[in-house]
Amino acid sequence: MKLRVRNQLRIAVRHSLLALTFTFCTLGTLATAAPATSKVNTTDLAVTDDSVTVGILHSLTGTMAISETGSVEAEKLAIEQINKSGGVLGRQIKIIVEDGASDWPTFAEKAKKLLVKDKTAAVFGAWTSASRKAVLPVFEKENGLLYYPTFYEGLEQSHNVFYTGQEATQQILAGLDWASKTLKAKKFYLIGSDYIWPRTSMKIARKHIEKVLKGTVVDEQYYPLGHTQFGSLINKIKLKKPDVIFAAVVGGSNVAFFKQLNAAGLTAKRQPLLTISVTEDEVLGIGGENLEGFYSSMKYFQALDLPGNKKFVQEFKNKWGNDSVIGDVTESAYLGPWLWKWAVEKAGSFDVDKVVKASENLEWKDSPHGYLKVDKNHHLWMKTRIGQWKRDGQAKIVFESDVIKPDPFPKGYQ
Amino acid sequence: MEFVKERLLGGKEGARGILILAVLLLIVFPLFLDIFRLNLVGKYLTYAFVAVGLVLCWGYGGILSLGQGLFFGLGGYAMAMFLKLEASDPESTKIQSTPGIPDFMDWNQLTALPWFWEPFNNLFFTLIAIIVVPSIFAFIIGVAMFRRRVSGVYFAIITQAIALILTVLIVGQQGYTGGINGITDLRTLLGWDIRSDSAKYILYFVNVVLLLGVIMIGKFVITGKLGRLLLAMRDKEDRVRFSGYDVASFKVFIFVLAAAMSAIGGAMFTLQVGFMSPSFVGIVPSIEMVIFAAVGGRMSLIGAVYGALIVNFGKTYFSESAPVLWLLLMGALFITVVMAFPNGLAGLWDKYKDKLNRDSLKNGFRSLGKREKTFDIKWPKITLPKFRKKETEVKGVPSNIRGDHA
Amino acid sequence: MGDFTTTELMSIFAMQGFAGISLFSVLLLMALGLAIIFGQMGVINMAHGEFMTIGAYTTFFMSEFAVSYGMVDIYFPFAIIASFLIAFIVGYLVELGLIRHLYQRPLDTLLATWGLSLIMQQLFRSTFGAREVSPTLPDWMLGSVQPTETIDIPINGLFVLGLTIVLTAGVFYFLFKSKRGVHVRATTQNRLMAGAVGINTKRVDRITFALGCGIAGVAGAAFTTIASTGPTTGSLYIVDTFMVVVFGGAASLFGTIASAFSIAEAQSIMEFFISGSMAKVLTLLFVVGILMMRPEGLFASKIRK
Repeated sequence: MKLRVRNQLRIAVRHSLLALTFTFCTLGTLATAAPATSKVNTTDLAVTDDSVTVGILHSLTGTMAISETGSVEAEKLAIEQINKSGGVLGRQIKIIVEDGASDWPTFAEKAKKLLVKDKTAAVFGAWTSASRKAVLPVFEKENGLLYYPTFYEGLEQSHNVFYTGQEATQQILAGLDWASKTLKAKKFYLIGSDYIWPRTSMKIARKHIEKVLKGTVVDEQYYPLGHTQFGSLINKIKLKKPDVIFAAVVGGSNVAFFKQLNAAGLTAKRQPLLTISVTEDEVLGIGGENLEGFYSSMKYFQALDLPGNKKFVQEFKNKWGNDSVIGDVTESAYLGPWLWKWAVEKAGSFDVDKVVKASENLEWKDSPHGYLKVDKNHHLWMKTRIGQWKRDGQAKIVFESDVIKPDPFPKGYQ
Repeated sequence: MEFVKERLLGGKEGARGILILAVLLLIVFPLFLDIFRLNLVGKYLTYAFVAVGLVLCWGYGGILSLGQGLFFGLGGYAMAMFLKLEASDPESTKIQSTPGIPDFMDWNQLTALPWFWEPFNNLFFTLIAIIVVPSIFAFIIGVAMFRRRVSGVYFAIITQAIALILTVLIVGQQGYTGGINGITDLRTLLGWDIRSDSAKYILYFVNVVLLLGVIMIGKFVITGKLGRLLLAMRDKEDRVRFSGYDVASFKVFIFVLAAAMSAIGGAMFTLQVGFMSPSFVGIVPSIEMVIFAAVGGRMSLIGAVYGALIVNFGKTYFSESAPVLWLLLMGALFITVVMAFPNGLAGLWDKYKDKLNRDSLKNGFRSLGKREKTFDIKWPKITLPKFRKKETEVKGVPSNIRGDHA
Repeated sequence: MGDFTTTELMSIFAMQGFAGISLFSVLLLMALGLAIIFGQMGVINMAHGEFMTIGAYTTFFMSEFAVSYGMVDIYFPFAIIASFLIAFIVGYLVELGLIRHLYQRPLDTLLATWGLSLIMQQLFRSTFGAREVSPTLPDWMLGSVQPTETIDIPINGLFVLGLTIVLTAGVFYFLFKSKRGVHVRATTQNRLMAGAVGINTKRVDRITFALGCGIAGVAGAAFTTIASTGPTTGSLYIVDTFMVVVFGGAASLFGTIASAFSIAEAQSIMEFFISGSMAKVLTLLFVVGILMMRPEGLFASKIRK
């Protein structure tokens, strides 16, 4: 308790220091001449001579706030850093935060407000597939720009959206290849929460296991969101004796699943497990002791030993407290504002169409997860990594693939 | 004429209320709000359909359903199915492995349109289905429960469970329903782009007219004998039963009516917002809609509309400025309304009006006798004490003494 | 099932049996507090799940405390007691400020307590952060007992089971053997008469409600061992909890036990053979179906209507 209070004090002090440096920086940037507003903004966006407005649209309340909080923090951090380094085209970024309240129609309503009323130049947000699907028509109709951070099921590509997380194949295929090669896995047990992302992911996984790896899927099970009792499932697993469990369980179910798995004696020693739904954020809720030895397939882990990451982690902790952890999606959310800034500067304009065009083939060599490139299909080239969880809630990276081209509509996997 | 005035508008008092509401919705809002806000008002008004239905079945019939989202959702899904089929013509879905079926079916390896989707190619069928399907659902639930004399709390909890069942089913059967994402990206109605501003204006006015129509149907029901029977049933069900009335049938009727009203709201929601998702079928929205009715006044059809408008205005306003505060406020609103104003805004308004009347009576401007005719304000005041008394009795008197149940 | 030896099948059978019993104890633990509040008092407490969350967060805080003072092995029993006390006190205050004004209007308690649950969820979120937390569990609570080579019985499941038995016995003792329990039952059965013989019925109400909340707190504490702890955790349980109580017959504790048992067995057996989502749907349908046949639940209560 005491520790927490002290931490918060420290954060407060740090914030005021940041604010100070921030003011100085602002003064500094004002001195350099920025391009005329009439030139960089021909589509009536909220851009003035010294500021540009963007939106952040996540669930701050409701059931999804658990997951989306990290993304908001990362986006705010990135924007603060961009402002400190002089802003975008000499303009400081102003943020309007809207709450999607874990409710998809609310997301659509707020997206519309951000685009129609606030004329935001870009929006960073949406987390679940459902919220993205709800806002997508709005962005397409109003020709807005959305940076979407979550790893997702693919099968989508829009002129108005950049997907900074992995599409399904980038997360699954390399991970399964690794499991088949390193863990000598032949028999897979697929488990997911019952909605579109796990189902699509498992569909791809099954095809890959059966056709490419020549293995077998011994069972495929889905549980409703919010399900907390996995006793029967665990017994089914014991009966089928798979070489590897491949899991995509989310939310409160995820915690229950791992706690009960561990308690039923299915620890990493007895039953290898590869999941695509556990990041450092989830470990907080599940507890490191329940995950010890299991594997996650992600593009990013907080423990990544890269210069870009070290800096990112340090600055994240400076801003949001030493106890904070950074998961894959949080890092993806951090990429959004930077990718937007560079695209805007490359285009020399805030106009959405020009920014979209300039984004293609944009590269970032030392992003927190290493090299990345924006593909023509609006997804990122990135690596797949396998992390093995340790008791302290951090992962040991045991495998790293080459940079993989994003393929949101994978042939042969549909 | 007399019929219209007394039955559809609910007397002079009621007519004035409807007129004010109509002016507000048809003239004031469209004049003073831009299309973005007006579209939001349109969305809120679709919830008002549910709230009006709840006034009938909860306020008058005493049946608290926590599953109204179910009917709102069914109506909305029926509309969405038609629009989705129209949006999925073979031309615009040619990148799919099976062109011509909705995109989410293609992602779930469906190669043909499921049989229950087929009829939704037809607008006429769809419009009928919007009303009929939820009504049949409500009828089955109603008959099963009211014949067995399930009531009160039990009914509330069972409807809640049914709403949960349907949510799990919709989410689980995503190949047929679009799953948790719902049915999204709806574009045109018979070639008419529902996303354009002009369409939004037109849909808004259609919505308001339908809502006023629904209110008048409601007025018609409560000003008639049926309305009085419902109140009598709510307050002393057994006596009505012993008088020879078939209590269950009346309950089924009012429940089905409320369901049909909710369904119209759902369909209008889909048209105005452009998608439908299972998050409307669940428990949370169902309870929120009860709150709209409670805030407006559970005995006032027009109050329910204001309730839906005010709560949602508050939600939008506060979540834009202080989202955290909003949830606390919403919670506090629930509690305050229930504890301090069980008759909601309408109750407050009546109290205020009574005071005015009493003052003017003193001054000799108006006679009290004139007001006797109207039902809208008369019922709640007379019945409320009885309502409470009945509950005391059930609690206090042991059943072996009462022994009046069959 | 030709690939499996008889021993293996027997083991699975045994473990599946335990899974059912374990689910039974979870459902019963959830429902026990509500059975008292709803069954004995007729109050529909939609914030029941949030009282469980109070217990869960209390446990989390005790565990943080225990970690920094090196008492991880022994803190859990204290956490349970603390959870009970805190939930009890909050329940007491809620009764005082809210519930007692609404005894005459059961449907309105439903709405008011729903509002209360919204407020509590937001308070949890503002106080503890939106993310889920995980209490550090003592090592003796992790893992499983292995009576034979192939059978694993989860320790946390055993723990929840044991706690449920103790608590249920406690509630029975309280209601049927203690003097205060006599007061509670007297008040439920005939408030006027109870008042007439000198029982302070208002005080009895307050204690009963607070007791139900306290038990919810204990349930919340116990569930930290098997499920998640977050601001909205409580909402995961609320519908199931009500189903158990209503299905059992509101005013009957035996009914609650029987209903928890039948729902648990139905669900765990179905889950073993069909998919999780369908098992959930079928279980709910089965419960709703039976409730339509027998509106008053398995064990009809004395107060009808």
